[in-house]
Amino acid sequence: MNPFKKLSTYATTFLLGLLALVFAFPFYYVFVLATWRSQEVLAFPPHLWFGTGLLENWTSLFGRVPFATNFLNSLGIATLSTVSVLFFCTLAGFAFSKYQFKLKKTLFFFVIATMAIPGFLNIIPFYKMMVVFGWINTWLPLIVPGMAGAFGIFLMTQFLENALPFELLEAARIDGVGEFSMLWRVVFPLARAGMAVLGVVTFVGSWNNFTGPLILLPDLDATTLPVALSVLNSRVDNNMGALFLGNALTLLPLLVIFMLFSRQIISGLTAGAVKG
Amino acid sequence: MATTILAQRKRRMKAQQWAPYVFISPFFILFLVFGVYPIGYSIVSSFYNWKLIGNKAPVFIGFDNYVNVLTIDPFFLSAVVNTVFLLITGSLLQHVIALPLAILLNSRIVRAKELFKTAFFLPYITSTVSVVIIFGNLFDTNFGLINWVLGLFGLPHFRWSGEDLGIKVILSTILNWKFIGWNTVIYLAGLQAIPAEMYEAAEMDGASGFIKHWKITIPQLYPIIFLAVSLSIIGGMQVFEEPFVLTGGYDNMGGSGNSGLTAAFYLMFTAFKAYKIGKGSAIAWLLFITILGLNAINRQATRKYNQ
Repeated sequence: MNPFKKLSTYATTFLLGLLALVFAFPFYYVFVLATWRSQEVLAFPPHLWFGTGLLENWTSLFGRVPFATNFLNSLGIATLSTVSVLFFCTLAGFAFSKYQFKLKKTLFFFVIATMAIPGFLNIIPFYKMMVVFGWINTWLPLIVPGMAGAFGIFLMTQFLENALPFELLEAARIDGVGEFSMLWRVVFPLARAGMAVLGVVTFVGSWNNFTGPLILLPDLDATTLPVALSVLNSRVDNNMGALFLGNALTLLPLLVIFMLFSRQIISGLTAGAVKG
Repeated sequence: MATTILAQRKRRMKAQQWAPYVFISPFFILFLVFGVYPIGYSIVSSFYNWKLIGNKAPVFIGFDNYVNVLTIDPFFLSAVVNTVFLLITGSLLQHVIALPLAILLNSRIVRAKELFKTAFFLPYITSTVSVVIIFGNLFDTNFGLINWVLGLFGLPHFRWSGEDLGIKVILSTILNWKFIGWNTVIYLAGLQAIPAEMYEAAEMDGASGFIKHWKITIPQLYPIIFLAVSLSIIGGMQVFEEPFVLTGGYDNMGGSGNSGLTAAFYLMFTAFKAYKIGKGSAIAWLLFITILGLNAINRQATRKYNQ
C-alpha cells in the first residue's frame, strides 16, 4: 500500500470514528446525567463525567412514578407480543412457503399490501373499539391486534422458503407425523434463526411503542415505560435526576439487546425494506 | 388392512389441504376485526359531526369536515407547512448524507465497517421518548451542551425551545440523528448488490472516484433510492411523537407559534384532546391521500431517470 493510500485510510477511519462518537454521545450523556442530583443536572458548563447522586435519584424516581410497575408492564407486553408474533407468524410463514393452496399468491400479496396502511388511519375507531371491549388500561390492545403481523409473516415466509427443505417435510409425513405435530417437530426447530430475528425486532418495537400506550393505557399504574417517562418529563416539579435515571433504565435493556443481537436486528429491520 | 391405510392416507391428504388455511387464518381474522372494521368506521365517521365522549348522537354533515379542515381551520394549514418543513429538513435532506456515508463505508479503505454500521444504526432502535428527553436537555437554553459549545466559539445563547425556528431545528436534528444510520444501512445493502465488474470497466476507462459513483452507483441504486425516499416520506408525514414529547403534550399544541404542530400531531389533538373524531378521521384521510400523492411523485421522479 502506498503512503498516500495509507494516510487516506487513517484519515477516513478517523473522521468516521469522530462521527460515530457524535452519534453515540447522547447515549453516554443519559447515563452521566442519571448520576447527578436534580438540582445538579442543570449546571453550566454541563457535566461530562459521572456524579454521585445515583441513589437519591433512584429513591426519587420510584417515589414519583410506579416505575417498577411500568417496567413490568413494558416487559410483560413486549414478551407476550414477541411470543405470540413468533408463533402465529411462523405458522403463516410455513403455510405460505411450503404449501400449495388456492389463492395463495393473492392472499400473500394482500398480507404484504396491508403493511402500506399507516397506523393513524384507524387509530380513532380502534380506540373506541377498545373502550367497548373494556380493554383500556389492559395489556390486550397492545398484544392481540398485532399477534399475526404482516411484517412477521413476510419475514418468516422468506426465511422458511430456504431453511425448510421439502424432502424433510415429506420424510416426516411418511413417518406418520401430522400437519400440526410437524410444527413442533420440524418447523419450529428449523426456523430458529429466523425467529431470533423476528423476536428481537418485535420485542424492541413493543418496548419503544409510545403512541399505543399513550392512548390505550392512560392510567399511570397500567402504562409502560415510555409513557411514564413522558409523564415525568412534563411534571411542573420536574426532577431532572430522576427523569434521566428513568431514561437510562429504559435504554439499558435496549442497549444490551442491541449489543447481543445487532446483526439480527439490522438484518431483520432492513430485510422487509430491501427485499420487498 | 389395506382399506385402513387408504383411509388414513385420504385423511392425511385432506389435512394437508386445509392445514395452510388454518395456519394463515389468524392474520385474516385479526385484520378483519382490528383493521377492516376500524378503517370502514373511520371513512364513515369522517362525514359526521361525531364526539368521542358524551352521548350526543352523531350528525351527518357530508363533506363539511373536509371543507372545514381545508378552508377554515387555521391550525391545519400551519400543521401541513410544519410537516413539510420537517419532511424536507428532517427526513429528505439526510439522504444526501446517508448515501455518501454508505459509499464510504462500502469502500475498501475503511476499517471496522461493522462497528461503524452498528454505531450509526443504534439511534434507530431507541425509544423516541428517551431520545427527545436527551435532545431537549442538550438544546436547553441556559444549561444545554449545545449553547455551551456555541459559547466556546463566542456565540450567544440561542433560545432553542422558546423560538419557532429553534423548535424546528431540534426536531430536525432528532430526525436526522435517528434515521441517517437506517438509510445508510439500506444504501449499503444496495451497494453490495452492484457487481464489481461495472466499476472495473470504468476504472480501465480512467474514470475518477466521483465520476464512477455519479455514472454507475447512483443509476444502479435508483430502485433503492426510490424505496428509501418513499419510506422517509411515509415516516416523515406521520411524525407525531417527537414534537408531542418535546413541546410538552397536547396542551401546548406544538410549542411557540405552534411550530412543532405536525399534521399527525393535529390529528391526535383533534381526536383525543378536542374529542372531534369525525374531523380527526377527515384529517387522517387527507394525510393518507397526501402520502399516496407524494409517493406517486417520487415514483415518477425516479422512473424518469431510470431509463
